[in-house]
Order: sequence, then structure tokens, then C-alpha cells
Amino acid sequence: MSAGHTHRLHRPGDTPVHRLPPQCKLVAVLAFTLAVVATPRERMWAFAGYAALLALVAAVARVPPGFVARRMVVEVPFVLFAVLLPFVAHGPRVEVLGVAVSQNGLWAGWNILAKATLGAAATILLAATTEPRVLLLGLERLRMPALLTQIAAFMLRYADVIVGEAQRMRVARASRGFVARDARDAKVLARSLSALFLRSYERGERVHLAMLSRGYDGRMPVLRDTAASRAQWAAAAVLPLAAALLMTAAWMAP
Amino acid sequence: MHVPDGFFDAPVSVGAGVVAAAGLGLCLRGARRELDDRTAPLAGLVAAFVFAAQMINFPIGAGTSGHLMGGALAAVLVGPYTGVLCIAVVLLVQILFADGGITAYGINVTLMALVGVLVGYGVFRLVTAVLPTRRSTVTAASFLGAALSVPASALVFVGLFAIGGTTDLSLGAVAAAMVGVHLLIGLGEGLITAVTVGGVAAVRPDLVYGLRDAGRPLEIRKPQTTGA
Repeated sequence: MSAGHTHRLHRPGDTPVHRLPPQCKLVAVLAFTLAVVATPRERMWAFAGYAALLALVAAVARVPPGFVARRMVVEVPFVLFAVLLPFVAHGPRVEVLGVAVSQNGLWAGWNILAKATLGAAATILLAATTEPRVLLLGLERLRMPALLTQIAAFMLRYADVIVGEAQRMRVARASRGFVARDARDAKVLARSLSALFLRSYERGERVHLAMLSRGYDGRMPVLRDTAASRAQWAAAAVLPLAAALLMTAAWMAP
Repeated sequence: MHVPDGFFDAPVSVGAGVVAAAGLGLCLRGARRELDDRTAPLAGLVAAFVFAAQMINFPIGAGTSGHLMGGALAAVLVGPYTGVLCIAVVLLVQILFADGGITAYGINVTLMALVGVLVGYGVFRLVTAVLPTRRSTVTAASFLGAALSVPASALVFVGLFAIGGTTDLSLGAVAAAMVGVHLLIGLGEGLITAVTVGGVAAVRPDLVYGLRDAGRPLEIRKPQTTGA
């Protein structure tokens, strides 16, 4: 249920958020999300605070709210689940708008909705302000195993090629009157998949040979130095520190 | 559908994170036997392929649709260790698309990469060990492996939910709904995996890891450094 994958993720720009080194932003987003997840669900004001923090970051990075909202569509199945929870969960019942719903379910639905939305918004902002290629450099700096970054690098390189090829095949199917109606149609889709794999593999082989002939030795040459200065780490730490303060306040509050 | 932030409580998230890290470590070691530096592009290609294939949603009735998990497919094409790494990378990239939370990454890797590949490839090996090695066997084995890997992941999800879900639902209902729906999704997954593997095996059997013992070894073309 990940229908939104064809959208462009990155919004090029030259704001303080865009300029931060990728590893700082990765650590900041991770720490921010940890703080959000660790917040007790009854402290609604803390979640409002987190949302305000993210809105601030989005404003500094000049990412319009509509862009973030559109990318959130992937979350829809979980929103449905969260909305359903108050009606199916156990425990004492409370009246909301004249309907008896489970109190626990209500809290649980809110918990999932709030935390998942904030986590998703934070990663969307990260992806919007950092090129995927640069993110990989950041992951490399954070000591992610080389084999994984290598696979990820090739994946990013091939993704557009394969998605383009898949798109052309989809248009070809549609222009011949194909509409997926029920499970029996999966066979047609599967046949296109095997053709897609072979086409992209043979293209990948050619790309790989071309890379080898240009001196590729298992590592991409680093064209851009992504070392972070102390000031940049400090700037990146603002968001998670503010979130940590909020979280502490939420735990201390009576 | 990937688990977002806040769905499971902290102990389960951390526990699954440890399992995922250990599993990935093991696979990084194992993958060295399946791949060398020169064939890493193949793994990247499979990851990109699974990523693209996940965009195809197939209807399973009642307004819902499922998409490929890809664990069994990746394992049969590039081998189990590399398959786990491919799916883990796909899940990592999907976080950027807000599909699955950062703090739930360990859970998602455990569910889809580790369990999906373990069950999918395990069943595949079992079937190919019992039946004679032929192309139809490989197709049937891929179907069974993929079809069973999806409800198996759903079962593990229910297990995790029983330990550390942040909601109190009746466990039986969750188990019935999850496994029931995922049996159907599994059929789609099995069909797609089987036809894909069958199609690739028909044209380029050297690209199917699961056929390695049966036929020719994987052909790796090395660049000519001398001559010309």
C-alpha cells in the first residue's frame, strides 16, 4: 500500500536546513523520533509542541505544508486502523458524541495517530531537504556497513530506470485495455514483472561494465566532502534537544 | 503496509531492533559468500526491482489491496543472505517515503526481511530437495515459499502484538484478521514470485540463485584488462 512512491522526494533549495551535513540531520531526526515515541500518550500538549517544532523546521527549510501533507498519504491504512480502534478495543467505555467507545481504544488510536504522523513528517522533511545520494554519504559516515550502502547506492541509481520501464509497460498494458480487476489478473502483472526484471538486469549489466571500464572498484568516488563542523552539529541538535526538553516536561508534569 | 512509529512499545521495538541488527550482521557475513564486489550491483538491482514491483498493487477483494513483500523473490534470485540485505535496504529507503517509522525499522526488518526470507527460502529449499530438479519444480517451490512467507510474517506480527502492542484488542481477532488477509495476499505474492522466477529461469537460468546447484554456475563477465 505504498502508492506514493513515484513522487519526487527532494525539494532543492539553499536554506540552513538544506546546508546541514546529512549525518547531522540523520541523527537529529532519529533522536527527535525517539523523543516523540517515548512521550506518554496522555500529554497531548507535548505532541502539539512537537508539531510546532516540525512546522518551524519546515518554515526555515521553505517546505510548504501541502508538500508534507501530500506525502503523508502513505499513512492512510494506519489512520483507518487508528480510527477503528476505539470501536473494537476492550476496556471501560466512554461516551463520545453519543456513541459508546472504548476509552483504551481511544487513547491507543490517538497514540498511533500522533506518533506515526510526527515520525512520518520528520522523515519527509529529512528527505525533502537532503538528496538521497547525499543521505547515503551521511549513512556511510555513520559507519553503515559498506555492502549495505553499496546495495543502496545501486538501488537508487537503478530505481528511476526500473520505475520508468515499469511505467512504460503499464501504459502499454493500459492502452491494450488491461484493467486489474481481481486476483486472476495477477498473472498478467507477474508476466510483466519477469520481463521487467530481465530488461532491467540486462541494462544493469551494461551499466556495470561501463562503470568497470571507467575504473569503478566497489566504491563510489567521493565528490563532495560532507564532514561536519562543531557548529553544524550544534545547529542540528536544536530540534532533538527541544524535543527532549518537551519529553522530560511531559514525564515530569503531574 | 509497514509498521509506523508508536505502534509497538519500547521493549518490543528495542528487542526487534537487536534481532534485526544480529540478523543483518549474520547476513553481511553470509553475503560475502554469495556475492563479491563485482556482483553487488546485482543485489542493488534486485532491491530496486522489489521496490518498483511494490508499486503494483493487486486487488484482494473488499476494497483492500496488497503489494509484493519480495523476500522470497529476492532470496530465490540472489540467495538468502543477500536477499535479506536487499529487503532491508528497500525498507530503509521506504522510510524516506514515510512508509514505516524510523523507530520501527527493527520491527519491519525482522518481519519482512528476516522472517520473509527465512520462511520463503526455507520452504523453497525443502520443496526443491524433495522434488526432482526441473524448472517446473523451481516455479512451484517459489510459489509455495512466497505464499507461505506472507502469513508467516503476519503471524510473527501478531506474536509481537501480543507482547508489546500499544492497544488492547482481543488477540484472537487480530490473529484471525491478519492471517486471513495475508493468506490471500500470500496467494498473490506466490503467483507473482513464481511467474517472475519462472520467466527469468526460462530465459536466463544463470541469474536464478535457486537454480545454481541444478545448472550452470552464475556467469560473471570480467572486463578484459589486457589485449586490444
